[in-house]
Amino acid sequence: MNNTNSMFARAMPLLLGALFVIGLVAPFAVYPTFLMKILCFGLFACAFNLLLGFVGLLSFGHAAFLGTAGYICGMLVRDAGVTPEVGIVGGTLAAGALGWVFGVLAIRRTGIYFAMITLALSQMVYFIVLQWKATGGEDGLQGVPRGHLFGVIDLSNNLAMYYLVFAVFCIGFAIIYRTIHSPFGQILKAIRENEPRAISLGYDVAKFKLLAFVLSASLAGLAGATKTLVFQLASLTDVHWHMSGEVVLMTLLGGLGTILGPLVGAATIVSLQSELADTVGSWVTVIMGVIFVICVLLFRRGIVGELQALIQRAGIR
Amino acid sequence: MSEFILETNGLTKEFKGFVAVSNVDLKVQRGHIHALIGPNGAGKTTVFNLLTKFLPPTSGSILFEGQDITREAPVVTARRGMVRSFQISATFPNLTVLENVRIGLQRTLGTEFHFWRSKKSLDVLNGRAMELLESVDLAGFADTVTVEMPYGRKRALEIATTLALDPKMMLLDEPTQGMGSEDIARVVELIRKVSANRTILMVEHNLSVVANLCDRITVLTRGSILAEGPYAEVSKNPKVLEAYVGSDDINDAHH
Ligand SMILES: Nc1ncnc2c1ncn2[C@@H]1O[C@H](COP(=O)(O)OP(=O)(O)OP(=O)(O)O)[C@@H](O)[C@H]1O
Ligand SMILES: [Mg+2]
Repeated sequence: MNNTNSMFARAMPLLLGALFVIGLVAPFAVYPTFLMKILCFGLFACAFNLLLGFVGLLSFGHAAFLGTAGYICGMLVRDAGVTPEVGIVGGTLAAGALGWVFGVLAIRRTGIYFAMITLALSQMVYFIVLQWKATGGEDGLQGVPRGHLFGVIDLSNNLAMYYLVFAVFCIGFAIIYRTIHSPFGQILKAIRENEPRAISLGYDVAKFKLLAFVLSASLAGLAGATKTLVFQLASLTDVHWHMSGEVVLMTLLGGLGTILGPLVGAATIVSLQSELADTVGSWVTVIMGVIFVICVLLFRRGIVGELQALIQRAGIR
Repeated sequence: MSEFILETNGLTKEFKGFVAVSNVDLKVQRGHIHALIGPNGAGKTTVFNLLTKFLPPTSGSILFEGQDITREAPVVTARRGMVRSFQISATFPNLTVLENVRIGLQRTLGTEFHFWRSKKSLDVLNGRAMELLESVDLAGFADTVTVEMPYGRKRALEIATTLALDPKMMLLDEPTQGMGSEDIARVVELIRKVSANRTILMVEHNLSVVANLCDRITVLTRGSILAEGPYAEVSKNPKVLEAYVGSDDINDAHH
């Protein structure tokens, strides 16, 4: 196991390099808007996975961070007239601050209680967004201009927009990757593996969980803010609890606690949704449900997790 | 400095009306290896949980180095230098052996919240970590994933990780539980070695280990202290014989 683990560790930079190149050329082969959607949800799922996969905390309110950042970014760009990068940063910071509030209230609970508190808090955010005039209520926040990046690069060009999204994804992914492989990440692992022992070694676990939560919320926000610019819209679906459930599905389907799993999961779900929406209409939700059940019952490690296990088994032989 | 590093007064813990620890006055002398013994369910682990603040006491107080720590958070008590192990193995199973010990050392760097820094920055701790592993005979296992080690080695790793904090006082909950005689001998030697310059309070069922390792013994039954003193004295106490060894006598009488 040790050998195959270090084998994965050595193969990882190569794999990431290859994916980076694919990301650079992809918009010439595939419809950029579709790719941007995958990248936004991929980052969202990676951020979620940082919390569930690497700390063991199941948040059922992550839509609140995606959505809040989306609305804040949209309002900043459309109503306050700032440039898109400022909108993205503003949305991200807002999600981080909201994450801190959620975290302080929920972090000392575990398991189902933690999930329930995050769900309840995110429902409050949902109702605020629904009721508040500035967010456009049921219509959402429409007509957000993409604007000019740094006041220079025109993002209404889909290719320019794509490369911005790609850059944002890479930055977000790099932050997550580094966090996992940092001194902080080591303590997170220790806490996940044996929390009482981590306490007995002098680590204040609540603080570590809170920082992980704020990071996860901020990065979910980064995804949400970017998504608003892509679609020029922040909508109620982004803050709805369905979205909190969907990110769980993406992460589990792709492979909980794996580096690339959430991206794979997001790509799979987004592709299925866009394929199926035209052919089966509202049956999409049912099909997603069935996939969820199959994944939980049969492929508990998710796509990437199962692949890794396969390679590992082959390596041992 | 008081002669006692740890003192409890009237320490009591009730679980929904069931008194698991009752009015315990425990005094542990600085530098001693002190054993806490008693039959299953006597409340030994609960006492450990109270001392290390993993459970709040129903009543009573705890003094560590003369300071009242009764209402402190567990992490604060740990940082004072009273570090516990657990009855069930307390390693980080999917980290390597070296990484386990490094978790114990990492707080000294003050970078434990640095999520932007590379894990490689922890390599400066490797030298000290290897020393600790050598002291428990585990240097050869440094790169092994902990879950794959034999049980006895895991207990040694726990001790090495605890030693990384250089604690004033170590609490060991049944360090030889489930071990063969060879492993037991190794762990006993290890405990003797690491007891230099520190105090150890240990729960132990194996009386020969207690006899040849411990300076003082406290016997707990049904949550209360039955007897206390050096082994030679306690082992002759008729009440102890009745409560502890007595169960064997009854079994013998049936044969
Ligand atoms: N969290 C708890 N809730 C309710 N009862 C508990 C709890 N923890 C321990 N007890 C009870 O308290 C009593 C003492 O348990 P404890 O684990 O302290 O015993 P012990 O002396 O460590 O036993 P052993 O030698 O088996 O480890 C037992 O009857 C146990 O069932
Ligand atoms: Mg016990």
